Amino acid sequence: MRVTKPTAAKKKNSLLKVARVIRSKNSGPFELTLDIMFKERRYFELFKKKRIITARKIARLYGIPEKEVLKVVYFEPSQAIKVTLKRRIPSGSPGDTDVYGAQQHAPLLSLTF
Amino acid sequence: MNKSKARSKLAPFKILSTTAILGYGFPESSFQRGLRKKPDLIAVDGGSTDPGPYYLGAGKSFTSRAAVKRDLRLMIKAGLEHNIPVVVGTAGGSGARPHLEWCLEIVREIAREENLHFKLGIAYADVEKEMVLEAFKQKRVKPLAFVPELTPEVVFESENLVAQMGIEPFIKLLNQGCQVVIAGRSYDPAVFAALPISLGYDPGLALHLGKILECAAIAATPGSGSDCALGILEEDSFILETLSPERKFTPQSAAAHTLYEKSDPYELPGPGGLINLRGCSFEDIGQGRVRVRGSRFIPSENYWVKIEGVRMIGFRSISIAGVRDPIMIEKIDKILKEVELKVREIMGKDGKNGQIYFHVYGKNGVMGELEPVKRTLSHELGLVIETIGKTQEEADSLLALTRSALLHYGYEGRIATAGNLAFPFSPSDISMGKVYEFSVYHLMQVDRPDFFLSRVEEL
Repeated sequence: MRVTKPTAAKKKNSLLKVARVIRSKNSGPFELTLDIMFKERRYFELFKKKRIITARKIARLYGIPEKEVLKVVYFEPSQAIKVTLKRRIPSGSPGDTDVYGAQQHAPLLSLTF
Repeated sequence: MNKSKARSKLAPFKILSTTAILGYGFPESSFQRGLRKKPDLIAVDGGSTDPGPYYLGAGKSFTSRAAVKRDLRLMIKAGLEHNIPVVVGTAGGSGARPHLEWCLEIVREIAREENLHFKLGIAYADVEKEMVLEAFKQKRVKPLAFVPELTPEVVFESENLVAQMGIEPFIKLLNQGCQVVIAGRSYDPAVFAALPISLGYDPGLALHLGKILECAAIAATPGSGSDCALGILEEDSFILETLSPERKFTPQSAAAHTLYEKSDPYELPGPGGLINLRGCSFEDIGQGRVRVRGSRFIPSENYWVKIEGVRMIGFRSISIAGVRDPIMIEKIDKILKEVELKVREIMGKDGKNGQIYFHVYGKNGVMGELEPVKRTLSHELGLVIETIGKTQEEADSLLALTRSALLHYGYEGRIATAGNLAFPFSPSDISMGKVYEFSVYHLMQVDRPDFFLSRVEEL
């Protein structure tokens, strides 16, 4: 996955620069869950205040209908954002490409704000 | 059991979690350090649905027998020697009867080899199809998010139906004086929380602690799925402690773990209710230890258990090959589509049978249709050609046909006319055996949380 460089708008910052952890994993065989943890509390606060991650944005990023984004939770205790998606194909069913769901995070790396 | 201890105003209750999944291993030094802390319970989670539907359906463990035996031997010997109960949940990886029997056979073997005698508690997680159908008729079954509604056909076709047991079957067996308890499919925290809850400790704290301990040292930093962790349950909080000097728990590592593999970190549903973490705090108390407060258990009005099942949908065959031709790489999607059409045409009236999938590594092999990068810049591609048929023979012949059709396909603009694929192996085709899919992943309301079959065996 290539990280697209911040485009012309100079103020754009990359999620990759402020996140400590960006990961994906199954949450049961029918859901995929994405976690974003920040390097510093202020970034979490910024994301939370401005609602930078929304169901709509995730749907656009992954090219899926918004109704397939189950939840976006801003989780205070670990200053993390959790997004849960529908798995398009349940874990291990014919056509699945990632049984553990551990390599579906790459589109988040190109997110700018 | 330490009942006398419990009555005297709930002394700290120490739980030694050996490893993230039985068979993942743990350093003996960490285990010994844990034993020196005089734990009241040694427990481990034995499985997961993560490795996919095959293991539940085929009745096989995704962990190795030798590794499970090694872990169990250390745990059981120490438990008996120090009079500490040893509790294992989701035995054999998926926790249906064949998995449980596999694990019990290992336990009996260890007992024979080490000349150990003890009371073994066994809890089965299997649920009869009739029970699920009955519950379905009475509208006591509901799907989890994104799971299709259950139908009687799906129940009939499913194999190895299990329910995640809560704390009740464990308490029942421990109260009967079992020194070792081996259970089928279990709610992960139950193996850790059952005993302390039965002694009067707060269920919210006990279950939240169990939720963290089920992954052992994964919640520490640096995390490890193959190292022990210690949990100390007190009246109004619990403490997490690592058992190897290179690791520590931090408020952030412990809190972060609460996110792992869950859809909502504030509310963690389980059998009989949910753990609410809205008022939860994580405090650094030094020496790599973290104190957690405020986790609450909210019982649900009715008792629901999660049921899991898979169904066999056919047999799979695969072939692995590479593509280096830039003209072919440029048109790969179109070529694969045309080849599938050609194969269907050759098969004639059988053309609708079987499924063909091309996994195109270097393009979208990992993300499939979710892949945002549509045009590959790779100079070579890895292909996995996959076919699924009703029988192994059907899958094999469909694969052979697809593989040869692709090898010699004269796509538009082709200049390399000798062959389109580089096979690393001879034979090129592999028969993969049965294919399963998750068919049941629902909640079922039950009258009694301890409906699970259990028995005691004297070894």
